[in-house]
Amino acid sequence: MEQSARPSAESWSVPYLPRVARVAEARKFTDKETFLRLEFEDGLGIEYKAGQFMEAGVLGRGESPISICSGPGKRPDLEMCVRAVGDVTSAIGRLSTGDAVGLRGPFGNGFDMDTVAGMDLLLAAGGLGLAPCRSFIQAALDRRDKFRRVIILYGARTPDDLLFRDDLEAWSKRQDCDCMVTVDRGSEGWKGHTGVITTLFRRIGKVDPAQTAAFIIGPPVMFKFAVLEALAMGLRKNHIYCSLERRMKCGLGKCGHCQIRDVYVCQEGPIFSYADVLRLREGI
Amino acid sequence: MLPQTLPKGKFREFVAFLMRDSRVMAPVDRGSGHFAFAELTSREDIAHVRMDYDITILPPKKYLLPMYETLLEFDGPDPHSAKMDVMTVRSTVLLGVHPYDLHAIATADAFYAKDPADPYYLSKRAAVRLIGVNVQAPANDLQFQADMGTLEPPEGGFDLFLTDLGDRYFVEIGSDTGIKLLSAAGLTAPAGPEDHKAKQAYDKVKAANFHKKLPYDTRYLPELLEASYDSLLWEAISRRCFSCGTCTNVCPTCFCFDVQDKLNIDAAGGVRRRQWDSCQLQGFAIVAGGENFRANLANRTRHRMFRKGKYILERTGRLGCVGCGRCIRHCVASISILEAFQQIAGEAAEILHDEGRK
Repeated sequence: MEQSARPSAESWSVPYLPRVARVAEARKFTDKETFLRLEFEDGLGIEYKAGQFMEAGVLGRGESPISICSGPGKRPDLEMCVRAVGDVTSAIGRLSTGDAVGLRGPFGNGFDMDTVAGMDLLLAAGGLGLAPCRSFIQAALDRRDKFRRVIILYGARTPDDLLFRDDLEAWSKRQDCDCMVTVDRGSEGWKGHTGVITTLFRRIGKVDPAQTAAFIIGPPVMFKFAVLEALAMGLRKNHIYCSLERRMKCGLGKCGHCQIRDVYVCQEGPIFSYADVLRLREGI
Repeated sequence: MLPQTLPKGKFREFVAFLMRDSRVMAPVDRGSGHFAFAELTSREDIAHVRMDYDITILPPKKYLLPMYETLLEFDGPDPHSAKMDVMTVRSTVLLGVHPYDLHAIATADAFYAKDPADPYYLSKRAAVRLIGVNVQAPANDLQFQADMGTLEPPEGGFDLFLTDLGDRYFVEIGSDTGIKLLSAAGLTAPAGPEDHKAKQAYDKVKAANFHKKLPYDTRYLPELLEASYDSLLWEAISRRCFSCGTCTNVCPTCFCFDVQDKLNIDAAGGVRRRQWDSCQLQGFAIVAGGENFRANLANRTRHRMFRKGKYILERTGRLGCVGCGRCIRHCVASISILEAFQQIAGEAAEILHDEGRK
C-alpha cells in the first residue's frame, strides 16, 4: 500500500516527495569531493539532458541542488559529484555503496546537443564545474560523428584538486578529441600545464569562430575571463553557453532563491547563452 | 446571479451559519488601531468581527501560504520513510477580505498554479471560500489602490462580495459556490431598485475618496522600472534599509520560501518544511562556496521593487503590487514603494533625454 503513494518517473505530481535511489558506486575524488553513481529503486530509471540537475537529499539534513555529471539520455542510473561544503552535501558525501538517497528531478532546461550538431565544440570547465561539463563531454563523445572538433579544457587549483582523473586520462588518449588540463599552482612532480584556465584558450590554435560552440562551466570568476577569451577567438555570443549557479530550494520555480530578474534559473536555466546572460544582467 | 441583500441584523446568524461546517477567519481588533485576521473559535467571537476594519497587519496569505508549512514527514534518514504530509485541508472561509487582498490572492493563484503546480497551495486554496468586503475610503495615505487597479475585486476572484449600505449588506455573487452558500443560508433577499441605487451612491463616495498618486498610468510601470534599472535611486533608497525583511513579510504577494528539515527530539524523525523567506535578507541569494549574487543592498531593494512592479506581472500576467501600503506602513526606515514608483517617472525621463542626446 505504501508503494502506491510514492511517485514514480511517470507520475511526478507530488513534487516534494523524493524518489529513492541506491548508491551503486561511491568514490572519493578528493577530501571534499565524492563521486556517486545512483540507481533508482523503482527500476524506472530517468531521462535527462546535459546541464540538468537534481535535488539530492538526506532526510533530517535537507536537500541541495546537484548537477548530473553522467551522459544524458534515458538510463537506469545517474552520476553526480558532490563537494562537501555544508550539512547536506557532507551527509551526501558520507554515503557509501548500498545506501539510500532521496532524489527529485531532473530540473532545469538542460541543453539539446542537436542545437550544436555539425559545429566544433569547446568545453571548458573550472573546478567542480567539470561535473556538469562532463555530461556535455559524454554527450559529445557518445555521438562523436555529430560534431567536428571536440576540445576539452579543464582547470583546477592544484594537482590534488583534479576531479575525474580516469576520464581525463581516457579523453587525453583519444585521437578524436583534444583534452588539456591546467592547475593554478603546480606541485612537486606535476608535469602538466600551470596557469589559470584562460592560458589554455591560447593554446587551442585557430578555430572556425562562426562554427564553434563553447560551454563554459565553472565558478563565476572563471566565467568572466573565459568568455573574454572565447570572444577574443571570435566566437559568437549566442554560441557561448554557461551554467549559472544558484541555490535552488524547490526546483519548481516557486521559492525565489534562484530568481534572476524575471527568470527562475531552476526552470529557464541553468544553461544560458552569453547573449541571454547579457540580457539578464544579474546572471554573473 | 443578481445581487442580494443581507440585513445587518442577520449578519451574526450568517457568520454562525458559515461556522457550522467551516473554520472562519475574519478581521478582529488587535488594539492600538491594528486589525488582524483571526479564527472565530466560538459564537461569542462573532461579536468581535470588525467588517469596518481599515487594514490588517498581515494579509490573508497567512492561511494559504502559512509561515511554516510541512512538506514531508519522516521517521529517520531512510528516504523510504518520507511521507507527503497528509494535507488535512479544512474547509475555510476567509471573511471580510478587501479588494486589494482579493487581487493578491488571484496573483498567488496564478503563480502557484503555474506549471509545475504547487499541490500544497492548490489544495488549501480549493478548500477556501472568499467573502470579500468593500472598502469606501483608503486606510491611510500610504495606499494607492486607484493606481494599481485594485479598488474593485478581481473578476472571478471571490465567492461573495459585501458592500456596507448602513443597515444591510449589498451582496454580489462571484461563483457557483457563492450561490450555494447564500441559498443554504437563506438569510438574503434579492436586491431591489433602492438597494442598487444605494450601492451606486456608495460607489460615488468611494470614487471621490480614492485618488491616483502616480504621475503616469500603471500600464507604463514595468517599462519605467526597466528604464530606471541603472539609476542611483536604488542605492539612495537602500541607504535607509536595515535589510530586515518586514516589507516582504507583510506583502500580500511576497511568497518566497526557504526549505529546511526540522528534527524531532529523538533526532531521527522530523519534518521537511517550508517557511517564509525574504529576498531582502542578506543571505537570500548566497550559493555554496559563499558567492552572494545579491550581496549589495541596492540590488536587493531594486529586486523587490521590480518584482512588485514588473517580474510578477511578466510571469503571471497580474501585477505584483496591489497598492495596500503595508510594506510602507511597517517599514522601520520609512521606505516607500509608492515614492519609488513616483520617483522613477522623473528618473526615466532623464535617461531617455540622455539617450536622445547621444
